[in-house]
Formats: sequence, structure tokens, C-alpha cells
Amino acid sequence: MTNSPDQTSPASDSPTTTDLDAAGSPTDAALDDGTFTELIEPRSDKRLPIDGRWHQISPKYVTVQVISTGAVLVLVIAAALVLALVLHQAWVWIPAGIAVVIMVWTLAILPRQARSIGYRLRDDDLVFRRGILWQRIVAVPYGRMQLVDITHGPLDRGFGIAQLKLVTAAAATGVTIPGLSQQAAESLRDTLIAVAETRRTGL
Amino acid sequence: MTDPTQDAGAAADPIEIVPPSAVADVRSPLSDGEWHRLHPLTPVLRGGLFLVVVIGIVIANLRDRLIELFLPSEVDVDLSGPEGDAIDFVFANNLILWALLAVLGVLLIVVGLFYLSWRFHTLRITGDDVEVRSGVLFRSHRRAPLDRVQGVNLTRPMVARLLGTAKLEVVGAGMDANVKLEYLSTANAEAVRSDILRLASGRRLAEAQAAEAGGMPRARAAVGVVGAGLAGLIEGVDADADEPASVVHIPPARLVASHLLSSSTIWLILLIVALVVGSIVGTPWVLFTLIPTLIGFGTYWFRSITKSLRYSIAPTPAGVRLTFGLFTTITEVLPPGRVHAIEIHQPILWRRFGWWAIRVNRLSGRAAADTQSLLNSDMVLPVGTRDDVERVLRLLIPELSEPQWDEVATHGMFGPMRGEADVADPYTTTPSRARWLRPLSWRRNGFLLDPDALLLRHGVLRRALVILPLARLQSVRVSQGPVDRAVGVAGITGHTVDGLVSGALGVVDRTAVYDVWQATARGMVAAAAADRSHRWDAEADA
Repeated sequence: MTNSPDQTSPASDSPTTTDLDAAGSPTDAALDDGTFTELIEPRSDKRLPIDGRWHQISPKYVTVQVISTGAVLVLVIAAALVLALVLHQAWVWIPAGIAVVIMVWTLAILPRQARSIGYRLRDDDLVFRRGILWQRIVAVPYGRMQLVDITHGPLDRGFGIAQLKLVTAAAATGVTIPGLSQQAAESLRDTLIAVAETRRTGL
Repeated sequence: MTDPTQDAGAAADPIEIVPPSAVADVRSPLSDGEWHRLHPLTPVLRGGLFLVVVIGIVIANLRDRLIELFLPSEVDVDLSGPEGDAIDFVFANNLILWALLAVLGVLLIVVGLFYLSWRFHTLRITGDDVEVRSGVLFRSHRRAPLDRVQGVNLTRPMVARLLGTAKLEVVGAGMDANVKLEYLSTANAEAVRSDILRLASGRRLAEAQAAEAGGMPRARAAVGVVGAGLAGLIEGVDADADEPASVVHIPPARLVASHLLSSSTIWLILLIVALVVGSIVGTPWVLFTLIPTLIGFGTYWFRSITKSLRYSIAPTPAGVRLTFGLFTTITEVLPPGRVHAIEIHQPILWRRFGWWAIRVNRLSGRAAADTQSLLNSDMVLPVGTRDDVERVLRLLIPELSEPQWDEVATHGMFGPMRGEADVADPYTTTPSRARWLRPLSWRRNGFLLDPDALLLRHGVLRRALVILPLARLQSVRVSQGPVDRAVGVAGITGHTVDGLVSGALGVVDRTAVYDVWQATARGMVAAAAADRSHRWDAEADA
């Protein structure tokens, strides 16, 4: 174990100086290439504060989500139409209507939601935040990571984005960063694994 | 990490070539680094259920015939069914000999299969891991590193106990990560358990060095080869050979009463009231659902009470040893640093008796489908007084200091202390503007961050105090929903390994929560860096 407890000085949450990815480093450039540039926060001043420099996700994530949700929406509408008009099943409008409303709502809030997703590589932990109405901020120390997963579906590959998932021994941690560019995802994975290696602890 | 085995071997005897996997000093003949078989009765115990089922089917099918055999005159059974009977056919065609031979052959094959599976089921305990090989056609080989051992369970089901055998389960981290050694003789199982825990603790390294200082390395090496049974004579009395006494004694009456007064009883009463009202308003037939409900509750109580009887908890050099169970006795050893969350709680009906219970989150390493003994797997203290809680907590957290115990007990369990002006509540609680979100518990609902643990206190009807050791915390989350935001409060959740203890606390001042979240995140890193519990004895003794 190479790090000592004194490394975690109280200054480690001061925004710019102690981040793992100092501005201008190669990692930093890869992570911030072609992403959103402004984090959306709740308007109320009683929100949880957000300090420091955050990385954001690629706008392509919104496109991919719109296409996939839209495809499901079209399918549901088509199926409902067939059932209702051809087979004269009027009840189908109830479940179909609920599903359509949920999906349209998802699509409507998607662009803003995507802008609220951000992560920070601090000196000793990764901080992930998401949500506007329901704000959530999770801190995961690098030493607790059990593995780092990168997944990309066919649509993701077409747009060159990927999803990165951090797995700890707690199932509830649930840190999944969607919409990273392939390059950013790989660079982030390599950084995380390299850092986790030096800070490995028991469970 | 360097290989401690080789270090130990080299330190003990630099000239002789010691096989790298051999353990320098062992107490049990099973843990000498060689392959061993399990107890010879294993096939009987494992196949016992199968045979009982088969015999049951046979008896059920021959019931009429047996009745006729023993009571020929009284019962007149018509055996000549429309399609005939296999046994009639055998008798009619003089095939008795063949039938017996066939039965004998099947029996031999079954016994042979069990014997084969026993022959191929071997285990090996080396300085670094436990290995089990099994399977005849589909061989499997499982190896578990000792420094990741989360605990060792010794289970003695009723039948196995009569035959003097026990099941040993080495608990690993992860789903279905346990290594099961079924069955060993009880003495062997105890010895293997203490060996595994001792090897996992890393103490052996220190012991080998001490032996060198004592000037008898060669003798020790020779003993290790000849037979470990003699090793005990040279080592003297084992550290944990004399059974440490339980620090908590639960009177059976209290245990039974605590179960009858649990919150499930409230549900039962509510259910009965609902049924009675239903039978008066609607049809009286509703009352008949009462019988299965009562039977269900009865079996639930019976099971949970018999599982908690014979409870004992005691410190051993290898960790906290927990024993419970009337029919199936389970002995678990929980090495230090394997407890991920602790909850001290008190259902409302227990309050006037001053009883508390403690449960923990820990890695059980069982597959999700393996429900056996899941009922009590999180229970550390089924019921106890405040003094019992203190004793158990001091076992689970040995470094608990006096001011910390005060934080836990005075303020955490019974707090807040009202009407005493000189005692300030160290917990940060729900602000009064958010009182309506926690109408009963707003004074109590709060958190406290210690250098090595996050304490969450909540509940007035059901008092609870959750202790999350920072060195075990996996991640920490702060969250705020729309209602929270309107009032300016937020919630904090500490994530631990899965279990019944939840590390969530809501409705505390937003700035305070955010600050404690930052401080917890920092504390987690510092605590983990200072934590040495995966080889918990290596440093202390070296």
C-alpha cells in the first residue's frame, strides 16, 4: 500500500488543486472532448451545492436515447393501433396510453437530465452526480472499486459512445456513467484501474 | 504481498527444502498442505435424504400389502387391480430371486456412486488457501485465498451431531463464494477451523519467528512432517483450546418473551382484529382463514426461537465466536474487520423491559438460492439488556473508547437527553422547520461522524442506531428530492455490502449533510488506508 493516511488532507475537496486530472493533462483532454459544457442544477438555492470542476457526458447520449426510446414508442403505438383497429380490443388504450405518457415524459426531460450528469476525479475518490428534481451525489473511493465495466450496444457503437459502470462490494453504489465517448471511457477506465491498484484495500 | 509461507519456511530452516505449500506448524492432521478426504460417513449423511425419500416412496406403494401381511384377517384388501400388480407378477412367475438381485444391484450401484464421489472429494489447506476438489465426471476445483476469508461457520445438524460430524463452511466474499467441507468429524472440524482462522490471521509468521528464537526449528520441522497430532504437545496448550465463556447469557424465558413481543405479533393482532371485523360485517367464513394464519405464526415462532436458543458469544484469538441453535447448532467465527454495518434496535414492545437486539451486515458468501440458516445469519444479539449490548459491541468494535460508548449508548440508544441542560446532544438532528417530515422522531433523527464510524440514529417507536465503520463503507451518497429541497434538507446513505441493515438517514439540514458527506468520503479513504484487518494478527505479533 503506497498511500498514507496523511495524503488525505482536509484540502482535498478544494476545487482545482488536488484533482487527479489536473487541467491540461492528457486524461483531462480526452474526458472533456466534445461533451456538454454546463452542468444543470436545480434552480432553488436550497439545492445541494456543486463545487469544483466536473466532467460531463457527450450530447450523443441524448441522440441515442431519443432513437431507442422513440423506436419503442413507435412500436407500442403500432401494436396498440393494430390491436384496437384490426382486432377491436378497446382496452388496449389503457396500458398503451400509460406507456406512451411515460415515454413521452422521459423524452421531454431527457436533454436536461443528460446535462445534469457529471463526475469528478478527486484525489482519492470519484464523485458522480445526476438528477435535477432528485439530486444524487455519490462518492466512491478508488480503493473500493472491484471492477470497472464498459458496455456499448450497437446503437452506442454507431455513435461512438459507451457506458462505464463502477462495481463495488455494495450493490447499492450503482454508479453508471452513460454517454462517454469511446476514447473517454477507455481513458477513464485505465486511469481508474491504475489509481485503484495503488490504493487497494481489503473489503 | 510476499508469500508468507515461504518466508516462514525459510526463516524456520534455511537448509532443508520445505515444500512451498506445506504449512510449518499445524494442529490438525487435515491442514498439513496435503490432500485429504472427508469423513467416511459423508456419503451416508449426504445421501441420507435421498435414501429416505426412496424408502418413503416404496413404503407408500407397498402400504396395502404390508397391512395385509401383518393383519391378514381383519382387513380385506383387493389386490387384484385392473392392471395387475408388479409384485403379484413377480410372485406369479417365480422371479423372486431375480427381483432381489435387481434391488441388490441398484443398492450396490447407489452405494458405489456415493463411495466414488467421496473418494474424489478431497480438500487441502495450505498456508495461502483452502482448496476443494470434487466430482467424478465433471471435476471441479475450488481454491479460496485465506486472506479473503470472511468467517468460518460450523454447522451441526441433528443427525450429523449424533454421528459426531459437522459441516464446515469457509465464508468468502461474493455470491456463492463459500467453500463447503461436508462432513468432517467434530474434532477435526474444530481443529481445521482454528487452523484456517489462524493461517488467515497471518499469525503463523510471527509464531515461526518465535520458534526460531526459541532454538527448536528443526524439531518443529520434523514434527510437521511426522504428524501434526504431536505438534500440540510441543506447542503446549492451544490458545483457544479452553472454551472461552460466553459474555452474554440470555435466559430462555426472556428469549421466548422477546419473540412473542416482536413486531410480527402486532401484525398478528391487527390481522385477527381485521378478520373478526370482516366476519361480523361480511361472512363468518372469513374466520376460518385464522387457522392457517395461526399455524403459520406458530411455526415461525417455533423456528426462530429454537434457532436462537443456546446462544453464546465469546471472544477468541481468531475473532468473535457465535453459537446458536437448539437442533441444528451453528458456530460462526467472525474475524475482526468483517462486520460492515451494525444496527442496535428496540421494537416498541421491548421498551419497558429495556431489551435491545443487534444485527449486522456482513458477507455471507452464500448463493441467493441457499436459504439454509438465512434466518439468523445477520443476528448477533437476539435480545439483551443495555449491558449485554455494551459487551457485544465491545467484541465487535474492540477499539471502542469510553466517550464513543457514551455517544452510542447515552445519546445513540436512548437520546436525545431531554430536560438535562448540561448534556448537549452530539448528534446533528432534523431542523425544526422540517419537523412535519418526521413528526415523531424529529428530535432523535440525526447523525454523528466519528473518526472511524458514521453513526445514524433514528426512530422513536422503533428506536435504532446504525453504526457504519468507515473502513468498511463502500461508497456514500447524498441526495435531495423536491420536498427536501423546498425545506432545505437532504439525506445521506452509506452503502455497505448487502444486508438487512440500511445505512440511510433522511431529512437533516442540507449544509450539514453535505459537509458530513465530504468528511465521510475523506474519512473512508483514511480509515481504509490505516486498516490492516485482512491479515489482522500479522502486524500485532510481528
